[in-house]
Amino acid sequence: MGLSSRTTEGTQIITVQCDRIDAAMAIQFKEDMRAETENDTRRVILDLSNVEFIDSSGLGAIVASMKQLGDERRLDLAGLHPVVEKVFRLTRMDTVFKLFNSLDEALSAGSN
Amino acid sequence: MKHNCEQDSMELSFPATEVEASVGIAKLRNQLTAHGLPAARADDVKIALAEAINNVVEHAYAGMPPETVRINCMMCRETLEVRIEDTGHPMPGLKPPDGKPPVIGNIRQDLPEGGFGWFLIHQLASKIKYERHKGYNRLSLWFDFPKSA
Repeated sequence: MGLSSRTTEGTQIITVQCDRIDAAMAIQFKEDMRAETENDTRRVILDLSNVEFIDSSGLGAIVASMKQLGDERRLDLAGLHPVVEKVFRLTRMDTVFKLFNSLDEALSAGSN
Repeated sequence: MKHNCEQDSMELSFPATEVEASVGIAKLRNQLTAHGLPAARADDVKIALAEAINNVVEHAYAGMPPETVRINCMMCRETLEVRIEDTGHPMPGLKPPDGKPPVIGNIRQDLPEGGFGWFLIHQLASKIKYERHKGYNRLSLWFDFPKSA
């Protein structure tokens, strides 16, 4: 699937190294996210800037990734392409996640 | 058949598996863009088609060896018609689902992880038609592209 991760000042940044998250890779994505987030970082930012397309299975896998963090840790999303953002908006999942235009914006917003 | 609408058409087919569908949908997205699909609505078409094709892979061929998904796109004046055909099971009740969206509540662990496919298709396509023919399904989706947009 291809995720890369780094932690800066208590925030974990996970970058998706893949141009799409769809039905063919949703299960793998969820598993990889579980493995990457087995720590106690309070805030995780998922950098989606390489992701040019997402379908409802990919969306579901991102929701599942947030659920497996438990209720105390947050998952924010950054760098959404317009078509990816559209899927979040149409399904109203934009009301569940904080969406940031870029990783820099997400980092400077802090966790509040 | 209106002859002038047949001129700008394209076809694509691939085996109905998740991996082949993923590649096929990506190819289709590129082709639609190359055919001068207006950018404003190109994303809508891509999202709806991906959902419709995933449904074929997941439901039409459930419990049987997957065969081919055939896609036919016809640009006709200000409308794009896309036909998706498969030889799998008919849709339950011989009609497409209404596409009611899952409820999004305040409890994180209860958030829906699926059930958005038909909702998205209904939101994005201007018309939906399902036909069961002898041994195959045909789902037709229409997308309007007003010239002024």
